[in-house]
Amino acid sequence: MSWSWVFKMAWRDSRSNRRKLFLYMAAIIVGVAAQVAITSFRENLNKSISDQSKELLGADLEVERNAEFQPELQAYLDSLSSEQSKMLAFSSMVLFPKTGTTRLSQISAMEDGFPFYGRIQTNPEEASETYLDKFGALVDEPILYQLGLSPGDSIKVGYTTYPIIGGIQDIPGQSMASSVFGPRVLIPLEGVENTGLLERGSRLEHKLYLKYPEGTDPKVIEERLDAMNDSLDFRFDDIAERQQEVGQAVSNLASFLNLIGFIALLLGGIGIASSIFVYIRQKISTVAVLRCVGASSSQAMAIYLIQAGSMGFLGAALGALLGAVVQLYLPVLVQDFIPVDIELFISWSSIFTGLFTGVLISIVFALFPLMAVRKISPLFTLRSAEVNLSKLMSVLTRVILYGIVTLAVTGYAWIMLGELLAAVIFTMGLAFCLLLLTGFSVLVMKAARRFIPVGWSYEWRQGLSNLYRPNNQTSTLLLTFGLGVTLISSLYLSQDMLLGTIDFEGQEDLPNLAMYDIQYDQNEGVNKIIRDNGLEIIQNVPIVTMRVQSVKNIPVEEILRDTSRTARRWALTREYRSTYRDSLVETETLEEGEFIGSVSDLSSLVPISMSSDLLEDLNVALGDTIVWDVQGVPISSYISSTRTVNWQTPQPNFFAVFPKGVLEPAPQFFATTLKTPSKEASLSIQQQIVQAYPNVSAIDVGQIINTVREFLGRITFVIQFIGLFSIITGLIVLAGSATTSRYQRIREAVLLRTLGAKQRQVVRIQVIEYVFLGILASLIGLTLSVGTSVLLGKFYFEIEFTPSFTILATEVVLLVLLVLTIGLLNTRGIHQKPPLEILRAENT
Amino acid sequence: MSNILQVNNLTREFKSGSKILTVVNDISFGIEEGTSCAIVGPSGSGKTTLLGLCAGLDRPTSGEVILKDIKLNPLSEDERASVRNKHVGFVFQTFQLVPTLTALENVMVPLELRGEATKEVRKRAVKLLEEVGLGDRTHHYPTQLSGGEQQRVAIARAFINEPKILFADEPTGNLDTETGDHVEELIFDLNQKEHTTLILVTHDLELAEKCDRIIKIKNGFVDSDITKEKISVVK
Repeated sequence: MSWSWVFKMAWRDSRSNRRKLFLYMAAIIVGVAAQVAITSFRENLNKSISDQSKELLGADLEVERNAEFQPELQAYLDSLSSEQSKMLAFSSMVLFPKTGTTRLSQISAMEDGFPFYGRIQTNPEEASETYLDKFGALVDEPILYQLGLSPGDSIKVGYTTYPIIGGIQDIPGQSMASSVFGPRVLIPLEGVENTGLLERGSRLEHKLYLKYPEGTDPKVIEERLDAMNDSLDFRFDDIAERQQEVGQAVSNLASFLNLIGFIALLLGGIGIASSIFVYIRQKISTVAVLRCVGASSSQAMAIYLIQAGSMGFLGAALGALLGAVVQLYLPVLVQDFIPVDIELFISWSSIFTGLFTGVLISIVFALFPLMAVRKISPLFTLRSAEVNLSKLMSVLTRVILYGIVTLAVTGYAWIMLGELLAAVIFTMGLAFCLLLLTGFSVLVMKAARRFIPVGWSYEWRQGLSNLYRPNNQTSTLLLTFGLGVTLISSLYLSQDMLLGTIDFEGQEDLPNLAMYDIQYDQNEGVNKIIRDNGLEIIQNVPIVTMRVQSVKNIPVEEILRDTSRTARRWALTREYRSTYRDSLVETETLEEGEFIGSVSDLSSLVPISMSSDLLEDLNVALGDTIVWDVQGVPISSYISSTRTVNWQTPQPNFFAVFPKGVLEPAPQFFATTLKTPSKEASLSIQQQIVQAYPNVSAIDVGQIINTVREFLGRITFVIQFIGLFSIITGLIVLAGSATTSRYQRIREAVLLRTLGAKQRQVVRIQVIEYVFLGILASLIGLTLSVGTSVLLGKFYFEIEFTPSFTILATEVVLLVLLVLTIGLLNTRGIHQKPPLEILRAENT
Repeated sequence: MSNILQVNNLTREFKSGSKILTVVNDISFGIEEGTSCAIVGPSGSGKTTLLGLCAGLDRPTSGEVILKDIKLNPLSEDERASVRNKHVGFVFQTFQLVPTLTALENVMVPLELRGEATKEVRKRAVKLLEEVGLGDRTHHYPTQLSGGEQQRVAIARAFINEPKILFADEPTGNLDTETGDHVEELIFDLNQKEHTTLILVTHDLELAEKCDRIIKIKNGFVDSDITKEKISVVK
């Protein structure tokens, strides 16, 4: 067999088809671009994490506890290194006197030393070196910009006013996103007690950072700390662990994005298969002639395989190039979430993987139509017959090809996800979606064939018939576009669903402002300010902090030592904030037992009500006993009732509710919820309260919703950005398929015009076809995405999902317009020219 | 003289629904090397099917075809393609040029398939195109040529591999009379010059009479088989 001729022939034959081939190639370009961008980005990230591993923590070891360190723990840590730096972290309202603005912030009281690796980046640069000496504060730069503040202005934290020395740009080990839920404020540890915020009621995190002396083996320390942790209850992180945590998070995100990008590539593959099907259909007579003059079946197939392979290679190369460019943009999208500075470099391994995957996908998918080329008989030179290419392929060949595709997809997903089961589930999910879409397209075509009413106008009948006639675009479009729409829309609907659960604004009876950490002696004062402003207090709840001392008469320490325990550590060791009252509130529903509202006999067990969410984690049930350590006083209780609690409301909710008559004498503080009529009223009352009582924290529901919306928006934008590649691929595949059938469309249009059809009629036929295709593709895609969102809501987020019809309707209109535009662009320029001229120009 | 083509008890049946149509029914004949033979008959008589079978483009239901002492039946599709490439030339009613190749490239295909040196192939292809009067249209694509010109390119292609036998299926069927006459002339001239055996399928009796022998097919059977001498006697 002469291979040089095969290559020559492949080249020559492609000459007049390159415009069409470019469109097939474009689908691969986009898919590979998504792949290369993501894998390069992942490599960049991994390298950055590895290079900046020490800066990830800022120290060799971080130990934290929500109480003072025990002497035993402190003694051990002292023995490790003299280079230590303490930090006290807590949330509190801060006041910016210049603007009168208050903001719930994340305060870190710092000691000299931290960070031992890397540096706190500030504006001005020297601020991080001087703020401790100047007894000043560093504040997140965005909030300074937002409020028009600059170094020299001041910030009031509790009762202390600090001069602002600089704006925080970056803290080692923290991403910008860490400031999403409140600006970060750094103040000196020295004198922090003067803020008045260290009293009970403020949640304090005690942290200690250590730098090891040369030659220290971190593993030995890790093992020792692990052993101590069983009895002392603290948390710690070292560089290796932090690197692993961050690396894992990055890897999970990248794998997820990669799979979304891979779907774009698969869509490209499906596009290639369908386009080459049509392409080969136009090549039947050429193949027959070549077979007639002596070309073997392998040579005939090889010509088009070379074309497909070259096209795949060229597409993959261009895609790799585009991916390398997109990669430069990805860090802009995600830098805020990543605690390292992303260093950019060209990842050759990603480029080669992209090239390989692109060529492989092109060839594997092209094999579907190309295997049929082997069966094209030379006899077609004598008799022009309509050939059904798919029927030329044997069932066995088809099964083998599907097997190859399935293996390739699963293999790729396996590499990406690192788990075979996950890869199989991904492939099965994808196959299910594709089967559903294919089934739907078959149904559409059958319905169109059967149910088009004879009485309808010619344009309608012809436009709808186009859905099932030979060379139709129904399957291709529904498959590629439908899958792209499913992907993007699922993300959008999930985001909407999550936001919907916290959108309490405008709900009449719900509070929109919650005040926390109100001390016992401040309660009346706060309530008075609220009433003086003409506002109504919805709830004024006492809160008592306590810990679990024993469960079912077994001390917590003993339970923790039991390796076979089912109770969760966090549930046993956390600080509980409980309340006491005589009835259930509207966010609670009694599940089991009897809610006892008050007791008078303090010598017997106190009947308490527990949230049913906690039962399993604490391994308790109705009737079980729990002894609480209420700030040094043991109180024995039994679970008299269990409640379902709706945690997704802004009111304070509790795991344990005590009856009246027990906790009243205990040290306590209050939380108050209220409804303000406007944003201005909310800000005003926050300012008045914080100015009078600086330790009181305000949670503004409206502001939280905005913060969450912004946070989710940024995450979903990254995912949608990658998902967009699928939509672009879908559009390219549509354009490709439209171009492929252009000649047939034009011939029909010309024939209709020859028979006397007006331009308006011809256009109407096309509009009807494309509008229907658009509607069907978007409807099936949206239906699948609603299904996905319902399942996600039910099994993952545990939220009942109601789709927003406004979003769905907008999506349908946009998608239909897109499909219509591409369809009509395809037949541009045919209405003005004489029919014969068009036919002659197209028949090359 | 020996037979370059021998057809023995050739039958070709097609399934049409539940019926079986016998398009070629137990036909036998032999064609001597260097002669010309016309296969004539009305539309649907089976003449094109017979041509396809003789050229190895199709497989018979029964019977055998021996082309240049090679039995075609046992050969695979690719082996038959190789036989065609070496010994057979084709001219079709619908020209059957590859639309994406220029006139010159179309002519070169059979020899290039053999992997022969391009320069010589190109030289011979140009020469053949000059012989058919298209020396100045070598780089034109089929769509840039008239029907007659396309058929002349097809004739040049048919002769490039110096075939021992040329199969022509209604070569003038799609051409006007004047162009058709010119194409006929070319086929017969090259046929004589290259000492090729010519099998011509046509319903044009005038064209058929230019051949040494006429086999008339009717309903799948050989209706008559007359030689040149007899033709002239009949005339």
